Amino acid sequence: MFTAERAAGAGMVPVPCRVLRRSRETADCCTLVVEAPGGAADFLPGQFNMLYLFGVGEVPISISGDHRQRDRLVHTTRAVGPVTQAIQELRRGDSVGVRGPFGSAWPLQQAQGRDVLIIGGGLGLAPLRPAIYALLRQRRRYGNITVLYGARSPEELLFRRELSLWRERRGIHVEVTVDCAGRGWHGRVGVVTRLIPQCRFDPASAVALICGPETMMQYAVGELLAAGLGADNVYLSMERNMKCALGLCGHCQLGPLFVCRDGPVLSYARVERLLATREL
Amino acid sequence: MTIRTLGRLLSEHPLFQGLSQETLDLLAGCARNEVHKPGAFIYRTGEDADRFYIVRHGAVALENASVERGVLTIQTLGRGEVLGISWLVPPFRHHNDARAIGWARLVAIDARCLRDKCDQDHDLGYALMRRFLPLFAERLKQAELQLMDVYNVHR
Repeated sequence: MFTAERAAGAGMVPVPCRVLRRSRETADCCTLVVEAPGGAADFLPGQFNMLYLFGVGEVPISISGDHRQRDRLVHTTRAVGPVTQAIQELRRGDSVGVRGPFGSAWPLQQAQGRDVLIIGGGLGLAPLRPAIYALLRQRRRYGNITVLYGARSPEELLFRRELSLWRERRGIHVEVTVDCAGRGWHGRVGVVTRLIPQCRFDPASAVALICGPETMMQYAVGELLAAGLGADNVYLSMERNMKCALGLCGHCQLGPLFVCRDGPVLSYARVERLLATREL
Repeated sequence: MTIRTLGRLLSEHPLFQGLSQETLDLLAGCARNEVHKPGAFIYRTGEDADRFYIVRHGAVALENASVERGVLTIQTLGRGEVLGISWLVPPFRHHNDARAIGWARLVAIDARCLRDKCDQDHDLGYALMRRFLPLFAERLKQAELQLMDVYNVHR
């Protein structure tokens, strides 16, 4: 018999979780911290949850917090629709439904002993942040760690304080750029892909983790392949129209893949042809 | 800095890799060092592109000023990057402002002198064109990506 318990176990029923904090990142992005379902979060960097706003709807949101902080879940979202707009208005003590975690994770185990390039664009830094935390925690196990982050403008940079802290930290190289800026900005201006040829990494073995708008990821992949990285060492976090998160509804189908189940983290070797197919 | 030192500096730059010693000497003969104060304009929109530059230290902002949007920085160039690529394309005029961010030390190469040499010596012209064309293509690709405004989800 299909009971409520089985449904919950299968990730089909949202678990109500209390909002602990909501902080603004940019004009339209915020980071939401909620109590972990059952008091203990168990996820891998790169995975996502379905957040349910009661009476409004449900959306897939990648987890942007530290997977070692097991008492809470952190999600960073941008207001682009009714649900994500409602998330921006949540207050401490409000309730939000959580299903998850779902999907594949960044290949951090596989990256051990190698240089790691992390390339984020816009909100794409959010799903990469748990990977950065994990890499820094086990810094000695990896070669050069480089974070390249691009945003539309200085006002739209995420996690600015943390980026500054990482920049000052030894053992990680961080470069930030924006597509366009006024005179008040003293950092780099230009697309994030421009930074790739300036990075130090061993193309024969380095692993690249990329998340951002699909076009930006494709340009980034182009630079990485030109630099000598293999397609099977480049990983993308894909975003498609995920609805059920269980690989059932088909909304996020990308050729033979369901992004919610087979992804969101996929090797470029696996999706190269699919990304080049306009009809998908 | 002597012409000899400038020659060595240019010969080590990826853009000029593989050029003959004679060509490198020619380039060095057309080159000089420049130091620009923070905020100083290296060139402005519409000016003759009679020099191009290699950034040695510091950074340079490429800016577009408009009534509608004020001053916008569209790109910054740092150490080793090439500034003023309009020197090779008629009508040989800069289409944006270049302004030093902090102190900027540049190697400036006399483009008029070099264009004349290229007209006289087509092998030299071809060698330089082969080196600068990928730079144009790269900048075009970057401009395409900027133009797509991929981070703007509210379009």
